[in-house]
Amino acid sequence: MKSINDRSQDIGPFVSQTDDAIIICRCEEITKGEIRQAIHDGMFTVNEIRRYLRAGMGLCQGQTCGKLVKNLIARELNVIPDQLDPATSRSPMRPMEMKVLGNEEVSHV
Amino acid sequence: MSKHLSKYNDVIIIGGGIIGNATAYYLAKKGLSVTVLEASKDIGIGGSSRNGGGVRQSGRDTRELPLAMWGIKNLWPGLSEELGVDVEYTQKGNLRLGKTAAHQKILQGLTDKAVSCGLDVRMINGDEIRAINPYLSDEVTCASWCPTDGHANPLTATLGYYKKARELGVRFITESPCFELRKIKGVIRQVVTPDAIYEADKVLVAAGFDSRKILATVGIDVPMMPLKMECLVTEAEPPMFLQMLGTADADFYGHQSKHGSFVFGGSSGFEHLNKDNGSPISSSIGASCTCRGIIKYFPALADAKIVRAWAGWLDDCADHVPVISPVEEVPGLYITCAFSGHGFGIAPAVGYNVAEMIADGHSTIDLSALRYDRFKPKQ
Ligand SMILES: Cc1cc2nc3c(=O)[nH]c(=O)nc-3n(C[C@H](O)[C@H](O)[C@H](O)COP(=O)(O)OP(=O)(O)OC[C@H]3O[C@@H](n4cnc5c(N)ncnc54)[C@H](O)[C@@H]3O)c2cc1C
Repeated sequence: MKSINDRSQDIGPFVSQTDDAIIICRCEEITKGEIRQAIHDGMFTVNEIRRYLRAGMGLCQGQTCGKLVKNLIARELNVIPDQLDPATSRSPMRPMEMKVLGNEEVSHV
Repeated sequence: MSKHLSKYNDVIIIGGGIIGNATAYYLAKKGLSVTVLEASKDIGIGGSSRNGGGVRQSGRDTRELPLAMWGIKNLWPGLSEELGVDVEYTQKGNLRLGKTAAHQKILQGLTDKAVSCGLDVRMINGDEIRAINPYLSDEVTCASWCPTDGHANPLTATLGYYKKARELGVRFITESPCFELRKIKGVIRQVVTPDAIYEADKVLVAAGFDSRKILATVGIDVPMMPLKMECLVTEAEPPMFLQMLGTADADFYGHQSKHGSFVFGGSSGFEHLNKDNGSPISSSIGASCTCRGIIKYFPALADAKIVRAWAGWLDDCADHVPVISPVEEVPGLYITCAFSGHGFGIAPAVGYNVAEMIADGHSTIDLSALRYDRFKPKQ
């Protein structure tokens, strides 16, 4: 299995594609071309793309675009998608107001 | 699996956090060949991607203050341009807030020390505080104010150094945990990973609290412990304020980021008793406790929605000040670790000065107060 650990490996030049303008991360409006360019900047994992571009950092926390980003990386690096880890999911699973998350009082209905 | 002997380098850096990446960049700029070995799959997975983004001078120990002041003057302002990545550096001051006489005393003590080092920091009262930040509750009665402090985006800063170093020819290899350092004829020479042995004239250990295990293989110890800390982030909110904030009691700290979300860190008081075995997972009490702390200072944020919470490790040193030092017993070996929860703001200055130390044998800022052999038993 090809390894992506050597970050200096030759992945060829960035070649623009006709659909580079389509939006992959809808929350943060990150395009396919921006993600592909980030891979050529050295971002070889879903977490790195996320931290570099904010793809998957908006309201839905990557629930919509996570797979798409992973597939884009796999294609650009010429590896199988299963080789890549998904982005880390974290609490809270739904956006929650501070006053709710911080509430310690138990209400007895 | 038999280990191949990898290509020879001028310098090997162990740890792909912001300290390792920044040092790699400044070394490559000087023309040295560098390989960075990162244990995990992701560059920057440690504290460097988990911190609160504070770029502060105020509140620092006088031993590391010169480094912080120098970096803020000389490196942070031009960093986005230098790296070709927006690091979102925002220099709009730091407010450290207090509500009680005890808080006032803590803040005054920190302020007096910083002033003696030439930092522009002063105590201000409630009205002056609300003139700077009108969203603060009336209960806030005192603060230390340092107008030249600020914040930046730790994610893009860490990966920006990585991107730029890689462009300059630095080799980064992930999933390559170093588990042993080897000397040959009394000087550092080899870095051993499960897959390969790397050779270099100089080796920098920049692996956070894991540096302790690595350094132990050549008989060197830095007295530090991992300490968990938690952070949270809100959805994007309309622009409210630009300062970095903290409190005398350390209930929380944080800022509003460029795209609008608030990033806050905080503690519950149970961090040193954390139960998980080595993975920085947020606890059930952490984010809730931080939210209560924030609302007490910022009632207006009670309705802001939290979208994510996470945890990270501090490499907490015996005296809460980093170790940045050459190691005389092992010629060619250098250490940068034990940042004790405030290594992000000084990272560019550390990278720059350590690159000088490694390449030229001396650095712009005198780092002798941060040596590895400063720890003495109590009698
Ligand atoms: C929650 C939190 C909030 C913080 N807030 C602030 C703040 O507001 N302001 C501030 O200035 N600082 C802050 N800090 C501290 C700051 O994040 C760190 O001091 C800084 O990121 C340290 O960078 P580093 O490169 O030394 O460590 P890390 O980023 O931890 O990098 C060390 C790297 O070494 C790798 N590694 C470990 N073992 C090995 C091995 N055997 N071989 C190879 N690689 C290895 C790790 O995987 C990791 O990537 C905070 C930290 C935390 C956790």
